[in-house]
Amino acid sequence: MDAITPSAIELKHVARRFITPTGEILSALEDFDLRIAPGEFFAIVGPTGCGKSTTLGLIAGLAKPQAGEVTLFDAPVDGVDRRVGFVFQQDAVFPWRNVLGNVMAGPLFRGVPKARAEEMARDWINRVGLKGFEDHHPHQLSGGMRKRVALAQTFINNPQVLLMDEPFSSLDVQTRELMQEELLQLWALAKSAVLFVTHDLDEAILLADRVAVLTTRPARVKSVHTIDLPRPRNVATLRYDEKFIAIARKISDDLREEVLRARAGH
Amino acid sequence: MAETAIPAPTSDVRLETMVERLRRRARLVLALRLAVLVFLVGGWELGVRVGLIDPFFFGQPSGIVTKLIDWFQNGTSIGPLWKQIWVTIYEAGAGFLIGAVMGILCGIALGRNQLLSDVFSIYIKVANSIPRVVLGSIFIVALGLGAASKIALAVVMVFFVVFANAFQGVREADKNLIANARILGASDWQMTRAVVIPSALSWILASLHVSFGFALVGAIVGEFLGAREGMGLLIATAQGSFDSNGVFAAMIVIAVVALIAEWLLTMIEDRLLTWRPETTVNE
Repeated sequence: MDAITPSAIELKHVARRFITPTGEILSALEDFDLRIAPGEFFAIVGPTGCGKSTTLGLIAGLAKPQAGEVTLFDAPVDGVDRRVGFVFQQDAVFPWRNVLGNVMAGPLFRGVPKARAEEMARDWINRVGLKGFEDHHPHQLSGGMRKRVALAQTFINNPQVLLMDEPFSSLDVQTRELMQEELLQLWALAKSAVLFVTHDLDEAILLADRVAVLTTRPARVKSVHTIDLPRPRNVATLRYDEKFIAIARKISDDLREEVLRARAGH
Repeated sequence: MAETAIPAPTSDVRLETMVERLRRRARLVLALRLAVLVFLVGGWELGVRVGLIDPFFFGQPSGIVTKLIDWFQNGTSIGPLWKQIWVTIYEAGAGFLIGAVMGILCGIALGRNQLLSDVFSIYIKVANSIPRVVLGSIFIVALGLGAASKIALAVVMVFFVVFANAFQGVREADKNLIANARILGASDWQMTRAVVIPSALSWILASLHVSFGFALVGAIVGEFLGAREGMGLLIATAQGSFDSNGVFAAMIVIAVVALIAEWLLTMIEDRLLTWRPETTVNE
């Protein structure tokens, strides 16, 4: 892609290094390049511990790179950006707030008047199918329902950039499929750029426009694959499609190489 | 329909026997508890009657009861009993409130600010290692025989416990929740209110349970060391006149006060932590 077309997320020669307790320098990312267009659904797969979550932290403004540049809509990232939404791997909903309180947290933090925030929250609770559970606390909900709360909590802020860190990895297969379907529907309306991190290659192909495979630590983008499967996609049946299987096989070979290397090297 | 109608009553019956069994167990536990009490107190009384236990040194249950009735009806040697109870509750309560508020504020401030905590943690560790009751002597000298010295002692007793817990609670706040709140748009102050304080709350409340007991210790030790009224002085006076029944009677009064405070704190805790999953109580 050339530099004239706008980008929603861009990482240029980014490096992120940690100092271990023993004083060694550990490189999570090194010379990392990535470019995601506005409205694009981009997935990253890679061996565990290869720095996928680190990448998201840099884009969200939760951490700073030691080298290189991270930009959102061609402006450098400086702290947490209001246009960014983040769905975490573990439960990150507030256990002491009920569903309504959780969903309206974002607008309230951002200074929306309480009545308006509640109105927005009730609308989003409806959209994710949690009507009737407004007064429930997270511990009274199932894992899938808590994920719905997290999605509503994030989408209510109308993020233009949505970062997702293995959001469905803790769910059972059936629930995960439902949530993937719902995410695609929400994304089709919100039209935000999505960076979806997962270790599940099928999930990446089912959801994304493009899939990047990362190398083992230090992570770099090994290859980017365009997934030209038509939308809207049916998550339940698509994985049996011949075209899907062909794509999966190709990326899987790529990925296996890295997994083996990770096992040999560390 | 006919098929499903048959198993329903049997399961009801099973449920009923289960409820019945639980009830029977609860009654058994209560009966055994009473038996233990009767055995201990009865054994004590019997031991005195038979001559195995010297009531001059170790008191006598019936004597303690007589003493309590006497105190309630005629007042104690240092004034009406209610007055003594009230003075001690006032000193312990005031010390508890001041110490708890200070502890919570300092704990949250240091927990949220790395520099403050790096600078002050060493001093707090040192102060915490001193047996704090010895400060009582200084407070009596500096603040006199009135309530102020006892309140001050109760404050230092309470402060460190609450502080340590509030600090730890803030530190233990879930990193994911903090990251989530920041991305949702929370400012530092909103973060403190929406994430840090609620997550530290269960730690803080747990410490309040322990520290009311410490506040009572502070008040009573302060009264031992020098006072004009209060339960501690009542015990010291009883001790001075070799009245062991009096010491035990005062102890029972203090225990009742502590239990009532504990019950009140549990009520407050339940009210504040309604969001927590119900924990199964094993009694």
